Amino acid sequence: MDNTIIIEKSVIILVVFAITMVMAMYSTLAERKIAAWLQDRIGPNRAGKGGILQPLADGLKLFSKEEFEPDTPNRFLFFVGPAVAMSTALMTSAVIPWGDHFHLFGRDIILQAADIDVALLYVFGVISVGVYGIMIGGWASNNKFSLMGAVRAASQMVSYEVAMGLSMIALLMMTGTLSLREISLQQSGMHWNVFYQPLSFLIFLICAFAETNRTPFDLAECESELIGGYHTEYSSMKMGFYLFAEYANMFISSTIIAVLFFGGYNYPGMSWMVENVGVNLANVIGIGVLFAKICFFIFFYMWVRWTIPRFRYDQLMNLGWRILIPLSIVNIMITGIVILRHEIAIFLGF
Amino acid sequence: MSIETISLSGRKKQVSNKEMTFLERLYLVAIVKGLIITLKHLFSRKVTIQYPEQVRTMSPVYRGQHMLKRDEQGRENCTACGLCALSCPAEAITMKAAERKPNEKHLYREEKYAEIYEINMLRCIFCGLCEEACPKDAIYLTTSKLLVPSSYEREDFIFGKDKLVMPLEMAIKNTELKKAN
Repeated sequence: MDNTIIIEKSVIILVVFAITMVMAMYSTLAERKIAAWLQDRIGPNRAGKGGILQPLADGLKLFSKEEFEPDTPNRFLFFVGPAVAMSTALMTSAVIPWGDHFHLFGRDIILQAADIDVALLYVFGVISVGVYGIMIGGWASNNKFSLMGAVRAASQMVSYEVAMGLSMIALLMMTGTLSLREISLQQSGMHWNVFYQPLSFLIFLICAFAETNRTPFDLAECESELIGGYHTEYSSMKMGFYLFAEYANMFISSTIIAVLFFGGYNYPGMSWMVENVGVNLANVIGIGVLFAKICFFIFFYMWVRWTIPRFRYDQLMNLGWRILIPLSIVNIMITGIVILRHEIAIFLGF
Repeated sequence: MSIETISLSGRKKQVSNKEMTFLERLYLVAIVKGLIITLKHLFSRKVTIQYPEQVRTMSPVYRGQHMLKRDEQGRENCTACGLCALSCPAEAITMKAAERKPNEKHLYREEKYAEIYEINMLRCIFCGLCEEACPKDAIYLTTSKLLVPSSYEREDFIFGKDKLVMPLEMAIKNTELKKAN
């Protein structure tokens, strides 16, 4: 391993980290703006031009707040909670292919921090660790509302992970690989997975809402019932970390939806662009296209939030266990039958 | 038509507990419909009034702070009859009458005048009944956009004649305007 690859990867990691933070920061502004627009209001527009400095003002406010700790026997866990939530939210972005590759300084630079061949498993693993952030925080808060929020979050995330994983299996049967880079490459030329696996996409989307604790599945927080749930007792930047982790999670899950089902950085005519205009420019546009897709899904998250009211807890569990899981199993079977038919047809020489 | 189905407002809807069809039970159609409704609101006109820059236009029947009027010669109209205080539903008005001295003829229109006239602005509900009750056209609720200023002392909200009586300059200007017309 030469030194250039270390520099190259460090640059990519730094850039990806910065982008994730900025996107999460501005998602908070976007949320407030979109909420306002959907309710025929204008939204924050006093800090900077059109409210562009609002996230900075919010951050500054959170930093200057009093650091409050409840009288809890688990002071260590109380600190660990937000840290786990934040770090898992930021770790997922390591395996996401932001573009195909650049050709710079006589070498191909793959636009991905780590191209591991179990990328999808890695993502699922990290996301399921994310629930510990909420659980630990809720437990250590020594508050009944927080504990309720934590219990709800844990059971919700565990049950929706099953359906999510099953919906992924149908996709994996088709792609035959867990590497997100491979999956992106396979989708070039408008062969987007959403056209082949619409049911899988729908299940994944619903589960993504549940996994990120967004409305209509925000039972872990639900201001009106649990006064904030697991982060009731948190203040200052620890609270900020929880909120920030939620937005970072939203960004990451939008990215994963875009990469898995909507072709990632691919856009119509990309191969033509690579041949005629150049690899670098074609990929710059590709990154732009990926971010456009991500922004659309972030918008979609917010759009749904201000449209659908929160589920009741038993409805949530019903939907997860009795509808989504059987549905994804049916989806797996249909996919299996189609693939098998295809293979038999090839075998018999049709 | 039976009494149960009559709808005077035309908005009454019969509740039906009919079994939902499969498509309805999926809820996806309903969710998409809801999303379209919210999307329409995204592009609709915003109702926010950007306060310090934009000010909401007042209603034509807006009732602002009270004023005790003067006539064309600058004399106070009020005769301290007490009808305003009597009509006041919030009991915000108090007054004390006094007899006019011979050398005060240029100050008060009639022989009796209000020595003290106080309105408690914390009690006042700006209903305008005092204005209706007044037989001498003395008290009016103006269209002034000036609101009662906030204060730490309750005494500051009891407005005496110094704050209520129409300023002399305004009376002079009014007379001049009347003459011009």
